[in-house]
Amino acid sequence: MTAPRDKFGRPVVVVTGMGIMTSLGAGKADNWAKLVAGESGIRTITRFPVEGLKTTMAGTVDFVSVDPFSSTGLSERMAEIVTQEALEQAGIGAKADFPGPLFLAVAPVEVEWPQRRELGRAVGAPDFTYDDLLRISGGGKYSAYHHRFMFGSVAAHLAETFGTKGSPISLSTACASGATSIQLGVEAIRRGETDAALCVATDGTVNPEALVRFSLLSALSTQNDPPQAASRPFSKNRDGFVMAEGAGALVLESYEAAVARGAKILGVIAGCGELTDSFHRTRSSPDGKPIIGCMNKTLADAGMTPDQIDHINAHGTATPENDKMEFNTTSAVFGDLAQKIPVTSNKSMVGHTISAAGAVEAIFSLLTLEHQRIPPTINYDNPDPTILFDVVGNKARDARVTAVMSNSFGFGGQNASLILTREPA
Amino acid sequence: MTETASKPGQTEVWITGIGLATSLGEGLDANWAALQEKRINVDEKGFAPYIVHPLMPVSFDSQIPKKGDQRQMEAWQRIGTYAAGLALDSAGIKGNKDILSKIDMVVAAGGGERDLNVDTGVLTAEAKGANAPGFLNERLMSDLRPTLFLAQLSNLLAGNIAIVHGLGGTSRTFMGEEVAGADAARIALARIASGESDIALVGGSHNGERKDLMVLYEFGDFNLKDKFAPVWARKDHAGFALGSAGAFLVLESKAHAEARGAKPFAKLSSVVADLARRKQPGDMAATLEKLWGQLPKREGKGAIISGATGAEPATSEERGFLKGHADFPVRSTGTMFGHTMETQFPLGLALAALSISRGALFPPNDSTGTEIEMQGAPTQIVVVGAGHWRGEGMALVEAVG
Repeated sequence: MTAPRDKFGRPVVVVTGMGIMTSLGAGKADNWAKLVAGESGIRTITRFPVEGLKTTMAGTVDFVSVDPFSSTGLSERMAEIVTQEALEQAGIGAKADFPGPLFLAVAPVEVEWPQRRELGRAVGAPDFTYDDLLRISGGGKYSAYHHRFMFGSVAAHLAETFGTKGSPISLSTACASGATSIQLGVEAIRRGETDAALCVATDGTVNPEALVRFSLLSALSTQNDPPQAASRPFSKNRDGFVMAEGAGALVLESYEAAVARGAKILGVIAGCGELTDSFHRTRSSPDGKPIIGCMNKTLADAGMTPDQIDHINAHGTATPENDKMEFNTTSAVFGDLAQKIPVTSNKSMVGHTISAAGAVEAIFSLLTLEHQRIPPTINYDNPDPTILFDVVGNKARDARVTAVMSNSFGFGGQNASLILTREPA
Repeated sequence: MTETASKPGQTEVWITGIGLATSLGEGLDANWAALQEKRINVDEKGFAPYIVHPLMPVSFDSQIPKKGDQRQMEAWQRIGTYAAGLALDSAGIKGNKDILSKIDMVVAAGGGERDLNVDTGVLTAEAKGANAPGFLNERLMSDLRPTLFLAQLSNLLAGNIAIVHGLGGTSRTFMGEEVAGADAARIALARIASGESDIALVGGSHNGERKDLMVLYEFGDFNLKDKFAPVWARKDHAGFALGSAGAFLVLESKAHAEARGAKPFAKLSSVVADLARRKQPGDMAATLEKLWGQLPKREGKGAIISGATGAEPATSEERGFLKGHADFPVRSTGTMFGHTMETQFPLGLALAALSISRGALFPPNDSTGTEIEMQGAPTQIVVVGAGHWRGEGMALVEAVG
């Protein structure tokens, strides 16, 4: 029997349900099998024309249909499917009656090109101004688009579908969003506001403009051929991240509540930490202090020391800057252990699921704990000699894993880390 | 479930800083003076037939000294970064590295300020027959400014505030229109009240002078057209007039404030929020009534500051709720400042704290009788924020001591 409270006297927060979707497929079983087999979900984009783009591949989720299509609609549909999977596993509450709040990490929402083009066509003239678009937008013809492109629309839909309680929170901390959604859930349970929380993260934004935006910031890999080899975390010839879609859902509960209802405990969220970097909009402070501070805060929050971490699920985007910075900062926190702890980047296979990444990778970390097997970092043929991580290169590795640190670092100085364990500390 | 009322053993949370940049002016005195004079700043011509409450011009240099920083932002971010700086000044912590290195930020944000010339250029070219498969890609690759993305990302308001003012604690951005502002305050309050945090910067900003936003709201016929009227007098001419504003608050535990000798404007006693299904008439009013019941007991001299938008049916639902509490004088921020979306709730909190600290509620500005005069100093103000489409929030701001 384990104490229901951690060493700081707070309720221990456990995971009792998980659902996942990536470019590898739907569900935990399919994703895990492909992940440990080293399969890539990255492919040439077929959803829209790629002529004129520097990057023509992504980790798209093409097996979910949304009609009429929009990135926000896809985000919503994926979130719904992974939530359903997580709730089925958790067996919590009644149908459409989840006994706690929703924290949703979701990409920022805006009117998209298919809808904008529809308006353009509706003007019915070869020459027009933005005012003409505005003039024909009203009258109720497009009222569904108002709802679709509200920032809160995905959360409202999930809250109504699954009966979560209170005001659902839609959040963005860029690439750290998924981790932040989990952190908000952990905090709500630790404060005693609720016994359960639903933490969902979703991103379906592989569309032309999103791709162009990241391209213009030189953030994306352009190694288009073959697409499966584009995402090369920790490799010397890495050249950027690969955009991807996906979603993850976690049912969090207090240990006490989970045990009381006889739920199977899948893992523990032992610690969360975040620290903002005020150096630059897209780059980390060169001294790495905010990231170092973030990892240290997370260890402190878990009441753990670096030697208790036996696997790191890296942010590992495969941008030249990130991976180097991640090694340097990890070394500052872990010392020599940074070269001994096995490290992997799921992004080598599923790409960077942006707003969803923190949750997707937390789920992969929990599956790593369950299976005692670390998924590989594929495309690791040409290691960067300055990154001295023990990268689990190309082939999955069986290992004794008791505690995983999962890192997420994003634009806007957003850093968040989680520590996941099999059993309460 | 979503209640964050102070409980025994939990610390009191004070509002120790307020920053306002609105259509009525910059800073507390200018806004207060305009409210006293019932002065409303609306532009009925610039976006005709749509009406906006434009930002009263400010000198961004005073809070965002580097031109390079200003260039990296679009208007909504400049307004917010500016107002956040005013709030830090107001709390007396501007430049205080010890405090700013640990301050927790919760920002309510929209985003996506678009380049209308690029959008119109693509669409008119297509109307003239451009239909090559890669046409959109090529135009976007050549026409979009690389830094525009960063001016659009929701979390880059917080990012810019951190960069410009040197904030190094934590940073969370909540989206979701009006109720995001309530949730930002709710979470910041809960974290301070429980001891997870000592001090937080909370707020939002909005640029209402945006045609891309008007298109979005026009889809739902939500824009106020042709003629301005106070929010409560729009029943037969419904809609909201977008407003530009930044509103930020510094929230702080009483102990932390006292240790540094900071004086409170007021205390933030409770923030609650919910999501009414709004399927049937009365759903939203019932949810507001439920939230009202979750607030701590009101025994003092009370008032209500409403963020009602003027859009229907939400505004009529809210008016129905208010009628049940007719002994509370009501004020509408929507009438005075326009609808500032994510910023409306922080703006309401700011005006509640300001009214309490100045010992008077600002005067009514309404022809329908919904707003009545108030004599004497309010000690308890309920801030109500109901979204034009979804989301309901409520807070209780009280006099300290």
